[in-house]
Amino acid sequence: MTTASLPTVSGAPLATGAVAKLRWALADAWTVTRRNLIAYTRIPEALFFSTIQPVMFVLLFRFVFGGSIGHFTAAEGIPYPDYLMAGIFVQTMAFGSVSTSVGLAEDLQKGIIERFRALPMARSAVLAGRTTADLIRNVLVALIITGVGFAVGFRITTGVPEFLGGVALTLLFAYALSWGFAVIGLSASNSETAQVMAFPLLFPLTFASSAFVPVNTMPGWLQGFANHQPVSIVINAARSLMAGPKAAHLAGSTTTSLVIQAVIWCLVLLAVLAPLAVWRYRSRT
Amino acid sequence: MTDAIEVVDLEKTFKGAVRALDGVSFTVEEGTVFGLLGPNGAGKTTVVRILTTILRADAGTARVLGHDVEAEPELVRTLIGLAGQYAAVDENLTGRENLTMVGRLNHLPKTVVASRGVELLEQFQLTDAADRPLKTYSGGMRRRLDLAAALLARPSVLFLDEPTTGLDPQSRNDLWAVIEGLVDGGTTVLLTTQYLEEADRLASRLVVVDQGRVIAEGTPAQLKADLGSTVLDITLADPGTAARTAEELSGDGVLLASIGAKAPTLVGTILELPVDNGPAAAIEILRRLDQVGITPSGFTLREPSLDDVFLSLTGHKAEAANGQSAELPVPGGRGRRRGGSTTESREAR
Ligand SMILES: Nc1ncnc2c1ncn2[C@@H]1O[C@H](COP(=O)(O)OP(=O)(O)O)[C@@H](O)[C@H]1O
Ligand SMILES: [Mg+2]
Repeated sequence: MTTASLPTVSGAPLATGAVAKLRWALADAWTVTRRNLIAYTRIPEALFFSTIQPVMFVLLFRFVFGGSIGHFTAAEGIPYPDYLMAGIFVQTMAFGSVSTSVGLAEDLQKGIIERFRALPMARSAVLAGRTTADLIRNVLVALIITGVGFAVGFRITTGVPEFLGGVALTLLFAYALSWGFAVIGLSASNSETAQVMAFPLLFPLTFASSAFVPVNTMPGWLQGFANHQPVSIVINAARSLMAGPKAAHLAGSTTTSLVIQAVIWCLVLLAVLAPLAVWRYRSRT
Repeated sequence: MTDAIEVVDLEKTFKGAVRALDGVSFTVEEGTVFGLLGPNGAGKTTVVRILTTILRADAGTARVLGHDVEAEPELVRTLIGLAGQYAAVDENLTGRENLTMVGRLNHLPKTVVASRGVELLEQFQLTDAADRPLKTYSGGMRRRLDLAAALLARPSVLFLDEPTTGLDPQSRNDLWAVIEGLVDGGTTVLLTTQYLEEADRLASRLVVVDQGRVIAEGTPAQLKADLGSTVLDITLADPGTAARTAEELSGDGVLLASIGAKAPTLVGTILELPVDNGPAAAIEILRRLDQVGITPSGFTLREPSLDDVFLSLTGHKAEAANGQSAELPVPGGRGRRRGGSTTESREAR
């Protein structure tokens, strides 16, 4: 047995070589991911935000606002449930990304990161584990929204591969956003502040967008912002994949062009936000 | 003997110009317990954070088992264990899950992680609570789990930052026994504390730090030799009587010498007198006070505290400078300290 051969004083093994280091970096990220996922199952609030809230948004927009907004989208040939789906996906996942900042701020506050820093684990594991856990949680959110969507009348009019492509795009966007919220979480003095800091950013980005209403129903000055900001572009791309070329036409573009734009936005956000988060993590004392 | 820890001229200034460390040096022999004794804000945690690679020093060097913490942080992390000032355990996991996580992050084989976990849970009397979430744990249980996590990879050098702060006397005694056991197994321990009693019980050598500087160094016995083994606290009814009593006793060198007393210190209306033989000295002092018609309103015998170390170490220094005295809460609820730091102070527990 290995235990018996362990001397009284030994310490942890040390990785030598790039391959061993990479293997451990992945293993450490996975350990932290699992730890964060376990936490989600044990905090009722987290479970609420990631599951009940999206369901409520679907119901709210489908049945409360949908009656009047639906006329505008129906006039463009898109039933409101089909219009709504992509918007709900991006909006709930963007709101869900707040948990990245809250989680990190809490870890800092409670001192667990202090322990992590003194362990022989990969430096990248804390951030990678946090954002990966939030990505996995978003996959669960996607499943729930899809189910609820079907229950309230959403139908795939394109094809399953296109629909899954749309979901993947929203997941990629949410993953990129997570790194931005990581920066906020690492800059906040506590988890409450982290949460409060996120919403003034999220509200204009998700509501002044094409998520719930066609942008052409907004005042002219708002349309300029709403048409070009990344949330709208990602939603338009996802909607085109889920609801067909009419949605792309409504956005004044083609599906291919929208998808390319959206992917570029996601990659640019990742390329900027991830290094920023890493830098924030390293410099935080 | 080899040095397990070597710290030379460590300096650290935080943002906002807080000078946390102002040239701290000390060495710790392998296989011993070393105490870092000092009041709140002295810089103890900062030293521990630098030694455990969490924080970088502005200047100076720190080595653990011969390895520079700045040049070889990854290697150093495989050698050390840390139980920080505040239990760094995960609230949302169970006790066992916490230990498993730490074991994995130490890259120990699965079977070792599992068996070490069982062993440590048993050792720290957490077996019954092992599969409960930490939300149901008491403060003492969290501390024990935190220490178990620090010990998981069998570190050669263990850092304990105020390990017993906030614990009840029973838990404190249990923890002391565990630490003593570790040293018997060959582990080097660096322990920070605000309690002289704790340093005295556990540490073979110690430094006293104040405002980022080492102000005394030696064995607990050497430190206490300067203090006397007992302190008489004589409380007087009013400042006038207190001043007269101080004068009366200070003036009588023969009496003080006969009871092995150091110079008395007046703090408010309490006269503190370090002596070698408490009960014998008490009889002499009370007899003397009776002769001159002074009746104290309170009279206690107690062990010297960190307070008294500070009085004796910084007492004349403070007087020479500006005679300033700061009131700070200290363990045991005796709220006085001279020449203390000006940093924030936590309530005494
Ligand atoms: N991260 C930090 N930022 C700014 N000041 C700090 C920080 N950490 C500690 N300090 C300050 O440095 C001094 C020493 O602190 P610390 O090492 O925690 O003392 P101790 O552990 O002895 O109580 C204190 O004045 C404290 O306020
Ligand atoms: Mg401290």
